[in-house]
Amino acid sequence: MSTHPTTINAPEGTPFLDVVREFDATPAQLFRAVTEPKLVAQWLGPRDLEVEMEEYDARPGGRYRFAHTGGHLGGEHAWFNGVFHTVEQDKLIIRTFEYEGVPGEVALEIMRFSVVDGRTRLSQRAVFPSLETREGALSSGMSFGIEQSMDRLSELVERGV
Amino acid sequence: MVDDEAAAAREAALDRAFTALGDPVRRAIVARLSRGEATVNELADLFPITKQAVSRHIGVLEDAGLITRSRDGQRRPCHLDPAALERLTSWIDGYRLAAEDRFRKLDAVLETLKQEEEER
Repeated sequence: MSTHPTTINAPEGTPFLDVVREFDATPAQLFRAVTEPKLVAQWLGPRDLEVEMEEYDARPGGRYRFAHTGGHLGGEHAWFNGVFHTVEQDKLIIRTFEYEGVPGEVALEIMRFSVVDGRTRLSQRAVFPSLETREGALSSGMSFGIEQSMDRLSELVERGV
Repeated sequence: MVDDEAAAAREAALDRAFTALGDPVRRAIVARLSRGEATVNELADLFPITKQAVSRHIGVLEDAGLITRSRDGQRRPCHLDPAALERLTSWIDGYRLAAEDRFRKLDAVLETLKQEEEER
């Protein structure tokens, strides 16, 4: 299993956030991993967080709602929800995305699957309703637990020693 | 304007922190303290340099806001300041760390899927 680099691009002056990543899998496998609730719950939580999946109905018009909890959040839940607008098997998913901590700031997420050199490329664009919302989403990673930051820093410094 | 001043102060603090970490002994001290507090003597035992030199390095890390020292009877152990580290590492890009972490987990899910398909 190899790890491919993640390209993140937040072009200045636009409400876009583009993320591109390749996976050693077929489009069908990747599609399953991002549409089947049980599979999604296995990877949607960063690092120490658990995912609580309330609903994940990946069909046009279907809703989803999940929470991040555990880890540095303790018993608190950070809820996210949205609606699937377009779901084309193995090709394209368009859905809305809302963090319930900032209600009403709904982003649009467009996920395209393509085959590149025998791998599947996921090209994701999020379109935020404002530049401020995008900056908020970008800085949300800052709320990561202190232990993780410690881990990262020790990795960093130990490499340098 | 107040925001600009706050941003400038944050930048200056980052500069000091990264400058402080631009030295292998100080990085080793930070790595050691990330596993728990230690006194200057305990830290000095780890390096082939004098206790005075270790003290100077600790002073630089303290000025950079990366470590603090407390008093515990005769001991004055050094601690990492977790908040300072948080600022440093989130500057590195919290969003990227979160995204890469999610994708590594997705890699693992896909690997499991592939194995299941092969077994069928």
